Amino acid sequence: MTGRDGMVESLIYTKPVSLTERATHYCPGCTHGISHRLVAEVIDEMGRRETTIGVAPVGCSVFAYDYFNMDFAEAAHGRAPAMATGLKRVSPDRLVFTYQGDGDLASIGAAEILHAAGRGENITVIFINNAIYGMTGGQMAPTTLPGQKTTSTPSGRDIEMHGFPLKMCEILSQMDGAAYIVRRSLHDVAHIRKAKKAIRQAFEVQEQGIGFSMVELLSSCPTNWGISAQEALTWVEEHMVPAFPLGDYKVHASINAGKKG
Amino acid sequence: MGKELLKGNIAFAEAAIRAGCEAYFGYPITPQTEALEHMSRRMPELGRVFLQAESEIAAINMVYGAACAGVRVMTSSSSPGVSLMMEGLSYIAGSEVPVVLVNIMRGGPGLGNIAPSQGDYNQIVKGGGHGDYKPIVLAPATIQELIDLTFEAFDLAEKYRTIVVVLADGSIGQMMEPAELPPMQPVRAFDGRPEWALTGAVDRTPNVVSSIYIDPVEEEIFNLKLVEKQKQIEAEQVRSHKLWMDDAEIAVIAFGTAGRIAQTAVRDARSQGLNVGLLRPISLYPYPYDSVREVAEQVQRILVVEMNGGQMLDDVRLAVEGRVGVDFYGRMGGVVPLPDEVYEQIQKTYAQRANGR
Ligand SMILES: Cc1ncc(C[n+]2csc(CCOP(=O)(O)OP(=O)(O)O)c2C)c(N)n1
Ligand code: SF4
Repeated sequence: MTGRDGMVESLIYTKPVSLTERATHYCPGCTHGISHRLVAEVIDEMGRRETTIGVAPVGCSVFAYDYFNMDFAEAAHGRAPAMATGLKRVSPDRLVFTYQGDGDLASIGAAEILHAAGRGENITVIFINNAIYGMTGGQMAPTTLPGQKTTSTPSGRDIEMHGFPLKMCEILSQMDGAAYIVRRSLHDVAHIRKAKKAIRQAFEVQEQGIGFSMVELLSSCPTNWGISAQEALTWVEEHMVPAFPLGDYKVHASINAGKKG
Repeated sequence: MGKELLKGNIAFAEAAIRAGCEAYFGYPITPQTEALEHMSRRMPELGRVFLQAESEIAAINMVYGAACAGVRVMTSSSSPGVSLMMEGLSYIAGSEVPVVLVNIMRGGPGLGNIAPSQGDYNQIVKGGGHGDYKPIVLAPATIQELIDLTFEAFDLAEKYRTIVVVLADGSIGQMMEPAELPPMQPVRAFDGRPEWALTGAVDRTPNVVSSIYIDPVEEEIFNLKLVEKQKQIEAEQVRSHKLWMDDAEIAVIAFGTAGRIAQTAVRDARSQGLNVGLLRPISLYPYPYDSVREVAEQVQRILVVEMNGGQMLDDVRLAVEGRVGVDFYGRMGGVVPLPDEVYEQIQKTYAQRANGR
């Protein structure tokens, strides 16, 4: 910005007001931190910090309420969409969002997410797909890729034994109640920018009362994948993106086409 | 207002509405479904929230969410459904939000049947979900009591920030009786929601509702806080009903429907000249240990009657502490004892009264 005396200052980094000052407990190179920041920036930009209520999952992001500077609930494993439903139904003018991992959302909480989408529950879901159970130490998730080694698929996910990964955007986009269902990735800056646009769109869908919105974010877990932070981002790009194609799976007709993420 | 002929399930649902219940989430299950159906009609008509959830798991977590927002909220179910709610109830206990649950018990275990039972006593009264907690548990024996206890449950839940369970059985849910409903209370205004509630952090620091204390020492401090609260509840909320105890040589102890059936049998026994009294616990947690103790100090023998295999019996024995002999008569699996059967048991206990323990 240009000051009055003509000096040029440029502020290149500030912490969103929607994040607290606390340092996160996430591993180095984990994309949970990026997702938090994107959500916080969007809520700041929409001026909704004081009128947003978040619901944290059980998983690595169980302490999300320590990092988001807003009212927060901590749900039982997989039940965040039901809890968010209760919150939203009695506080319809508040923005309510859940933040959930893939074990939380696609495995133990599969019924709750399916029915929240089916009802067209006017909530926003931030879905972190890192193809693994992070918090419990790297077991198979419903999103683990065929052949992917985890601590509970030590010789790689055998589709004969464990079947195939669940593709939640593809599944939820079939629901009439779903208004905005998209998949983005966090593996590089360009994709992170697109992810932020989608998150903004998702919250706007809720603000306008159009229905259920979910942004799936392909994310990294360098710790449990057993590779470096940089390698993990490459792994997202090379292995996850082909298995979980990026794109807009459902965009309700009443969503302004020009603003599509 | 005056009395009207009311079916139990409709009566407690309407009592909850009159108590200012703002949201109901539930899932159909016999023998309590009429409550859900009543709510589906009445709540929208009053501009309040009704939602049929996809399961009892979802229902209790919706209740949890709405309770976090500081509104009066409830669910109702029957035994198998309440089993599914145990996870959520534990989280609710672990985060101290007020919730009301009505359990219209049926025969079990497993899918069991839809007949009246008291088989969930241990599950509900001793906590049920994981961890150290106890909900307030109130056991009505009439439709009027069902109404009054459900109405009051909301105040108690908020006063102590706890779960309150109204524990009844299929016969109370299904039967019709003349009873009077309380006057309508309005729902709380948004601005009137409690200061701990998740309402959006407008001009205040954010509120968090969570049941996680990762440091065991902090978790223990929280547990101790619950224990303190339980002590307060135990001091303030014990309820029981004593009948014909003045001249009693033996006493029958029974709760809910079993208490009501026992009352008929005790009355019949008295008309035959047997000096029998009745103690009917109304609060199952906090349990009326002192009243049982007083009874045990007075009478020569006690008969416990339940519609289960002897679950409250343990609590009676805890209070009796071996002072007198305790007999038990129970019917299980949804079989309701007839007053005549209980009368026969009373005769046996009466005949044994001088025989000590
Ligand atoms: C009912 C229940 N079952 C299991 C667990 C153990 N558990 C905690 S987190 C977790 C998996 C989390 O994985 P995910 O949702 O993918 O999130 P991430 O940790 O990868 O971010 C499991 C199984 C639990 N807390 N509760
Ligand atoms: S275990 Fe994985 S998901 Fe969890 S914080 Fe570490 S890198 Fe992130």
